[in-house]
Amino acid sequence: MMTVKDSSSGYHISVYTPASAIRHPIKLLREMLRDLFASRELAWRLFVRDFSARYRQSFLGYLWAFLPPVVGTFTFVLLNRSGILNVGTLPLPYPAYVMIGTLLWQVFADAINSPIKAVTAAKTMLAKINFPREAILISGMLEVLFNFIIRLVLLVVIFIYYGIVPPMTAPLALIGVFAIFCLGFMIGILLTPIGLLYTDIGQALSMVLSFWMLFTPVVYTPPTTGILAQLTLINPVSPLIVTTREWLAIGAATNLFPALVVFLVTIVLLFAGWLLYRLAMPIIVERMGG
Amino acid sequence: MSDDTLISVNGVSKKFCRSLKKSLWYGVKDIAGEVIGRNSGYDSLRPEEFWAVDDVSFELRRGECLGLIGRNGAGKTTLLKMLNGLIKPDKGRIEMRGRVGALIALGAGFNPILTGRENIYVNASVLGLSKKQIDKKIEEIIDFAEIRDFIDAPVQSYSSGMQVRLGFAVAAVLIQPDVLLLDEVLAVGDMGFKIKCLNSVRELMADAAVVFVSHSMQFVSQFCNRIAVMEKGLLKCDTLSISEGIDGYLSQFPTETAVAGTGGAVIENIQLHTKNKSWDSEDEAIVHQGEELNVTCDIKILDLECKNTRFFIHIMDQGFEPIIAFETSKSSTLSFAISTDLYRAKIELGKIDLNAGKYSLVISVENADSRIKIARIQGCGKFRVLSELMHWGSVVRQAEISFEQA
Repeated sequence: MMTVKDSSSGYHISVYTPASAIRHPIKLLREMLRDLFASRELAWRLFVRDFSARYRQSFLGYLWAFLPPVVGTFTFVLLNRSGILNVGTLPLPYPAYVMIGTLLWQVFADAINSPIKAVTAAKTMLAKINFPREAILISGMLEVLFNFIIRLVLLVVIFIYYGIVPPMTAPLALIGVFAIFCLGFMIGILLTPIGLLYTDIGQALSMVLSFWMLFTPVVYTPPTTGILAQLTLINPVSPLIVTTREWLAIGAATNLFPALVVFLVTIVLLFAGWLLYRLAMPIIVERMGG
Repeated sequence: MSDDTLISVNGVSKKFCRSLKKSLWYGVKDIAGEVIGRNSGYDSLRPEEFWAVDDVSFELRRGECLGLIGRNGAGKTTLLKMLNGLIKPDKGRIEMRGRVGALIALGAGFNPILTGRENIYVNASVLGLSKKQIDKKIEEIIDFAEIRDFIDAPVQSYSSGMQVRLGFAVAAVLIQPDVLLLDEVLAVGDMGFKIKCLNSVRELMADAAVVFVSHSMQFVSQFCNRIAVMEKGLLKCDTLSISEGIDGYLSQFPTETAVAGTGGAVIENIQLHTKNKSWDSEDEAIVHQGEELNVTCDIKILDLECKNTRFFIHIMDQGFEPIIAFETSKSSTLSFAISTDLYRAKIELGKIDLNAGKYSLVISVENADSRIKIARIQGCGKFRVLSELMHWGSVVRQAEISFEQA
């Protein structure tokens, strides 16, 4: 599919043929950028819609944005106190360590789930209206980032309570959060086309994520020996979470190089995911009906 | 493609799959094909697939309104989705010029929890409008939808009619397309709102090329100046004659003949006659509106108990609803001593002033003494009435109107 502007008549001409758009990469790229640009207002509008509708039918309202990380942190603190969970030596008070870890992990988990969730929710619209498909993705991104920003309040509370003074590197943590987000979103978007056809992907995702969290240094320090150490080593989320946490609350980053590699690979694959999403969308719309 | 041609469809086909499991798997394969940039391989059917749209070609210019009609599953909506760029053709090429507006999913993207006002903004953004443009038009939209009292209530408290009104208002007030795609949009709402919709669609149509999908032949004949009939994915007829197009659509519906009764009589050889032509029982007669129609049929009484019989005839519409009953009691009684003789009945139905459509007869024979039906044949004597316009009524009569200054 492609659209060109015919300069002689001033009309936009859209041409639809069976040929894959990837055969004209420059045209495709131009269209992707155009649609990305064209979707900003719609994306914002959809985000505002979902956001304002989310808690309207709820008594506790926005409290629901805070409760999961608080309860999660509380659980691990309790496990730690009672000696069930041995977390090793920490550079931070354990509750603060867990809270930061949980918030960062939540960004990753939300970002992975976001594309499939957003596209599934917009199924009817996608099947019936032609609008820039990127808008759905971006509104999902905004939601994930916004949730993180709300939960930052918890971080402030914890920092004040334990008297942690943020180091000079703290602003760099924003880049770290962005990298974690991109990694999650990249995996999510690569899974989206198949995930929309087969619900297995969505089912498996929640299972895999809860397992994945256990071999990521979210609530404990990464071990240096044993099978868990091996898993942590090949786990792309680990260096990002470790680095971000260090930037945010400790200062010196110990895992910077792997984090950088992960981030760069993520950016490349994120673009590939976007490309895949675009190519797959007409086929998805055709197969999922609605 | 001349300068005025806004839609050009050339040999377009689309496959669909009957089995969900296979459909999903083909989906995965097709995505892979897209990624590796496959250019062909779309043009043969895989197991369980069929052509939902099959080699369709047409061009549409500004000012033309094409009524796209056909039975459910004929491929109309699939074709519309391809024109709208939602799905890709498997064969052929579509070229669309200018802004394409579609009144297809009215109110898609509505969130039931949000208020009508909030939803207007969402819906309008989906249609590609900026906040500024919406701000300018929002009052007009609210007025058009006639829901000012409820505009700040959540949409889930709206009746379904109100939701559709709001959806239509957003689209109708905001879009100004060169190409307008309409899919069954006028099938909803009360009559007052329908008229309003019709008027606004007419305004949009004036300067656009329109594809109008509907099952209402009244709307089609009112709006369209060209008709295309689809059947099983094929474009069966593409004509400027509205009566020919509608007739092409109606002829797709088979009328089943059903025989009932005790079997005490046989009705056969039912023939229809207009002034110039006759049709045998197997054929469907074509009657121009206002023409006279006569029926002849053979009746044989087999029930020897039956001494007196009475004869009935009705005209039914396509849904077997009785449309015209004939008063035949004065002439319909047939008395005989002992008989298995063949009688030939001739019935004059008079002027057929029915609306364009497809009709059939019910002929029945009753034992006049016991009132038991000894034969009843339904769906016989099929005929189609032709007229240039589909009117808003079952019966169409001429009326003289004169005016004088009051």
